[in-house]
Amino acid sequence: MSSLPIIEIKSLVKVFGAFKAVDNLSFTVFKGDVFGFLGPNGAGKSSTIRMMLSLINPTAGEISIFGKSLLNHRKSILEKIGSIVEKPDFYPHLSAERNLLIFATMSGVSVTRKKVHEVLELVGLKGRERDKIKNYSHGMKQRLGIAQTLIHDPELIILDEPTTGLDPQGIIDIRNLILYLKNEKGKTIVLSSHILSEVELIATRMVIINKGKSMAEGSVKELLNSEDLVISINVDNPLKAMNLLEASPWSKSAKIETSSIVLHAAHEDIPEINRILMQGSLKVYGIESRRKLEDYFLKLLQEAV
Amino acid sequence: MIRVIGLEVMKIATKPRSYIGFLAIAIIISIIEFALYVDGKAYLEFITQSIEQTFYFEGNILNGYLVALIILSTLIIQIPLLIALVTGDLVSGEAASGTIRILLTKPISRMKILWAKFAAGGIYTGLILIWLGSLALGVGVILFGTGDLVALRSDGLVVLPADDVLWRFGAALSISYVSLMVVTSLSLMLSCFSDNSIGPIITTMAIIILFTIIGTMDVPVLDRIKPFLFTTHMIIWKNMFDNPLSVEVIRSSAIILLAHIGIFMGIATYRFTTKDILS
Repeated sequence: MSSLPIIEIKSLVKVFGAFKAVDNLSFTVFKGDVFGFLGPNGAGKSSTIRMMLSLINPTAGEISIFGKSLLNHRKSILEKIGSIVEKPDFYPHLSAERNLLIFATMSGVSVTRKKVHEVLELVGLKGRERDKIKNYSHGMKQRLGIAQTLIHDPELIILDEPTTGLDPQGIIDIRNLILYLKNEKGKTIVLSSHILSEVELIATRMVIINKGKSMAEGSVKELLNSEDLVISINVDNPLKAMNLLEASPWSKSAKIETSSIVLHAAHEDIPEINRILMQGSLKVYGIESRRKLEDYFLKLLQEAV
Repeated sequence: MIRVIGLEVMKIATKPRSYIGFLAIAIIISIIEFALYVDGKAYLEFITQSIEQTFYFEGNILNGYLVALIILSTLIIQIPLLIALVTGDLVSGEAASGTIRILLTKPISRMKILWAKFAAGGIYTGLILIWLGSLALGVGVILFGTGDLVALRSDGLVVLPADDVLWRFGAALSISYVSLMVVTSLSLMLSCFSDNSIGPIITTMAIIILFTIIGTMDVPVLDRIKPFLFTTHMIIWKNMFDNPLSVEVIRSSAIILLAHIGIFMGIATYRFTTKDILS
């Protein structure tokens, strides 16, 4: 991963009537990033992505992609971007092959049928090239959406909810495809998704937005390590465990979940917690620590509330 | 640009609704020609009864040229609906289906996309008109033969020699093309304001009906706006069967029709190039 900025968003604002969808948002995506773009529904993710693709006009702020202003260099920038915005839609009365040929032509490149077939094979649609889109399932359309982003071999790929509606195998396939595009093809990928575990698995950097504002931005690893672990302790008497930990610094975050207590603590605190419980004659069946994006995400949102 | 126009034409050609117009025209013309073939003399007596005492007709009056003229007079009013059915869907159909999101993220200017759609709509309009003209005239001549054309006008009767007729049909279809392109540009403009296919089609027809009603109302206050309504000039094609031709009238009508196309496409261009794509 380099430190060459591919996307620079500065003080971006979008207002719809009286509603501020994006509020002074700034972030940077670097070359080679798989950049997670996260936020709850209505956070302003889609509006931001649409502005990055010139589908909607910003009210204020700057968008620079590949070092150029999107406002002044729309064509040359879009030539190097492949994107899915929300659900991918195609011409239903045309075949997958024909749809891809249309969008490749609109992208200013001339592609052969062989290239179209290669891309369709890459997304797992081999053998369905000539089928009309109206006969495609939602999952197949999602895969075709990815194929559409790749057909003109772009440098930057923007994927808005690419795994929506996919079965578990489909989600794994798309995850592997994103990693392949990053590692083997050197693509920069912006990934907006509700499936936080997916983002956690593949994103290198991320921004979390809420109500149009940036709440956290940085390396996924660093952001998650900046927080305490979520520790789940399976004991024979969770109520007694809560009482024992009442005077400890971890009591504030402790809560009972079925037969376990869950609390936030640092990795080095685990032996001390275990000692307190053992001294209280509790049977500790297991201690599991995790540091999940989902926890971090929810914690940020709760803090915002 | 040529490739983009080609793609837009291909999109129109692969939509089943694009063939409704061709099918409807073929069915209507078949019915009219069959009816005139069976009962044409009675029909002719009916329409010439007011002038029978003044004129004596000799020869094949009910020929292919007259049949074609009757068909054009009957159908030219319905053609805008058939055209709007396709052209009103050119932008809004993409918004409704969601393909506009992909289309407008491609490195091609919105203006190019819109004007390619206009050009494709123009090609479709031309094909519909050619289909109408060739069926009306071709089948008419095959079934009824040729002869001098007796063109009935509201203010009299024009008799045109057989060898002076074909170019007039060509000219009539050409000026009709300009007037139908007003419908194409109107429906395309409305299509830029809508995210569903039906709205622009219905609105186009509503505007044509409203303007036509205003055009037929004999109210002095409306007389001032009538010359500026495109519907007033959509029947200018009939003037091509005048003898001598009223060139000035045809020219001023053509200018007003072209001005409408310019205004509608100007608004469409502004709207399409500045609109936020939220669908």
